[in-house]
Amino acid sequence: MSAPVEGTTAATAAPAATAAGGVGAVAGPGRRFRGASVVIAPVVFGIAVLVVWQLVVTVGGLPAFLLPAPTAIAAQIGAQLPVILETAAVTGGNALVGLVLGFVLGVLLAILAAGVRVVSDLLTPVVLAASAIPIVALAPVFTTMFGSTTEIPRRLVVMVVVVVPVYVSTARGLRQVRPVHDELMVALAATRRQYTRFVRLPGAIPYVMTGLRLAAPAAVIAAIVAEYFGGLQNGLGSRISSAAANTAYARAWAFVAASIVLGLLFFLAGLLAERLVTRNRPGGGS
Amino acid sequence: MRSRGWLRSGAWAVAAFVLLVALWELAKLVLPADGVTVGGTRVLPRTDDAAMPHVWTVLARLGAPEVAGAADPRSVGAAIASGALFTLGLALGGLVLGGIAGVLLALLMQRFAVAEKAVLPYVIASQTVPLIAIAPLVVGWGGKIAIAGWAWEPWASVMVISSYLAFFPISVGMLRGLTSPRKADVEMFRSLAAGWWTTLLRLRLPASVPHVVPAVRLAAAAAVVGAIVAEISTGTRGGIGRLIIEYAQSATGDPSQMYAAILGAAVLGLVAAGAVGLLELGLRRYRGSVA
Amino acid sequence: MSTEATAETNGTHGTQAVELQGVDKSFGSVRALSGVDLTVGAGEFVSLIGPSGCGKSTLLRVVADLEEPTTGTVAVTGLTARQARLAQRYGIAFQQAGLLDWRTVAENVELPLQVHGVGKAERRRRAVELLELVGLAEFAGSRPAELSGGMQQRVAIARALAPSPRLLLMDEPFGALDEMTRERMQAELLRIAGETGAAVLFVTHSIPEAVVLSDRVVVMSPRPGRITEIVSGRRPPVAGDDLVPDAVEDVRETGAFFEAVTAVREALRKGAATEGHAG
Repeated sequence: MSAPVEGTTAATAAPAATAAGGVGAVAGPGRRFRGASVVIAPVVFGIAVLVVWQLVVTVGGLPAFLLPAPTAIAAQIGAQLPVILETAAVTGGNALVGLVLGFVLGVLLAILAAGVRVVSDLLTPVVLAASAIPIVALAPVFTTMFGSTTEIPRRLVVMVVVVVPVYVSTARGLRQVRPVHDELMVALAATRRQYTRFVRLPGAIPYVMTGLRLAAPAAVIAAIVAEYFGGLQNGLGSRISSAAANTAYARAWAFVAASIVLGLLFFLAGLLAERLVTRNRPGGGS
Repeated sequence: MRSRGWLRSGAWAVAAFVLLVALWELAKLVLPADGVTVGGTRVLPRTDDAAMPHVWTVLARLGAPEVAGAADPRSVGAAIASGALFTLGLALGGLVLGGIAGVLLALLMQRFAVAEKAVLPYVIASQTVPLIAIAPLVVGWGGKIAIAGWAWEPWASVMVISSYLAFFPISVGMLRGLTSPRKADVEMFRSLAAGWWTTLLRLRLPASVPHVVPAVRLAAAAAVVGAIVAEISTGTRGGIGRLIIEYAQSATGDPSQMYAAILGAAVLGLVAAGAVGLLELGLRRYRGSVA
Repeated sequence: MSTEATAETNGTHGTQAVELQGVDKSFGSVRALSGVDLTVGAGEFVSLIGPSGCGKSTLLRVVADLEEPTTGTVAVTGLTARQARLAQRYGIAFQQAGLLDWRTVAENVELPLQVHGVGKAERRRRAVELLELVGLAEFAGSRPAELSGGMQQRVAIARALAPSPRLLLMDEPFGALDEMTRERMQAELLRIAGETGAAVLFVTHSIPEAVVLSDRVVVMSPRPGRITEIVSGRRPPVAGDDLVPDAVEDVRETGAFFEAVTAVREALRKGAATEGHAG
């Protein structure tokens, strides 16, 4: 009997569902593994790669511009540690500010779109287009508009990059009300506001957190890449390109390693936030 | 019904972009020319023509010659179109290379559980770390190495970076797809004494389509971003990324040329997404093949 | 019909719980319900049974004001269906328990009261009372996900009873449960219905379930959905709490029970036959 209702929900959910499902499907933490091999296999593999890498470079005589030896990179990490920490703080700060701004904006826009049909009709094509275009290329636009001596352009790039997955995921969560909950609230003669407060918003929270988890590492990537487009040269990205331009490859790789650690930190923080908020719920977001 | 739905969302899309243009012009009209600065931080942008040119100025720029007074004047529009096509070609090449590698890795992981256990954590982690950071490093390859007599060209670096970014989403999406058939279906194939290949061709590949298509969409977007960023950091000429930087540096007083190039990059992304949409349409019959 | 008699046997007087007259409901060209007349007396237990597509769920949803009838009149506890819904004259339970995952069991039971502005202390008191009634008092602070399917369904029933309704609407509430749990839940429901004196309109697929629970079993047939026959059920008399499970067990072994089951089965078969002729 609820078939028509279900049908329309599914139809309207489809574009965003595939978009968010795609992101979720690909970036999710994967299945659960059991047993010691879960830890041993990747560790063994990782060490093997490092050893082979080291051997190929030192014994095979691979030129440094192709790939410096792991030991050379490690030495550079030690030597450059103060600079690495300083630049990582700048890039991490930009990523964090942009992430917070983008997260708040994405959630607010999604709530607005869920409540006002016109807003959703107008925002959906813009967000879909934004997910397809190279947003980092907007960096020069923001630099021109806000000046090249501030952190604002890069933070804005991060913000725009973050808004997209957060909006898509939140909007999806707000739409995914189970038909039985829908009917229950009608049977209880709940007002629209009560429906939003008791069912819609709490039900969307796992999806909001999934959006945050997906956006967190993307924020770091955007903050680094935005630096390649000019503006202030005080972050990890500009250090990588300037070291590479000076043929100091091991040093460049040291900054790459720092970028990877920073990205992992954001990813783990996002994952932790998601787990903490949704720990009492079965299923939930993707 | 269906075509009316398309028309309707098309109309809304047009309305949305008209509104964006109107907002841009409204900001120029209403906001102070030098922006708004609070405590030394500019919170609202400068809105004069040197920062936010009129939309029509940007569009008119497409028809203007790229270099004023050149003997063989090429219009900015033509330059952007050829740059975008060049980049699209590199991104497509990257997508194909990365796609092949990703599918192969996924097959390996599906076939051998040990491979999955050892490699998958890295594949997943690699999606969350800024791999694009290595772009300036692959640049170093240009002109320095030769493979079987073929000298490494800078554009090949761009394609490698692009393929690198496309590779991960596809390998993870493909693995998800290959392992998505229900247990009952896999056991049915086993009861028919079907081998690994038959199961792959008749069950796993068709079932993987709903997982692979969104992965390809992500990979295509990543390949485009990768190609543009790689062009910028490699200084490869001929692509849209390099054009953005060149225009940005050459015209500080009049950014409309740069804006036109960025617009070109956006169109490029949309074209790539549209191509994936067509692919999706062609594979539609497999959509419902997994529960 | 026999309505008055059954209302009297339950010892409750006053307005009928449900009165339907000439109810038709069409979805486009599909006639889901055709000329339905039905009365459910105060405190009476009535089951709706029939094959898929016979409109039994639609009928329940019309009473709940989740669907509007195309023609015909609907009175629920003497009010229109809409008034009855707004005044919370009925409680409803679906096949899925439909609990809100993020609320505790007690908070789920409180939901209808919260929606209607009952104060926190009063809500809590009522939730404890209802959870005791369905035998889940010690799970008040648990999350729905920690409960078994049968327990979740009991919470849903407690939630339906929260506004002290005079009518309970149930759409295959035990359909997803295993047979053992299902029989326990049936006894539980009979006890609750007896204690609260609420009338029950109960949709089911199961003939024995309908017979053992009901005062009357309403047999329906599809295309168009209509009532073809009404058979007397074998609802056991209710005295104290502990008697009920045994009473239900006893009923299941009586000859009268088997006769009623056979009668319902015959009625269903006849309905299918007339449909065959019509179609």
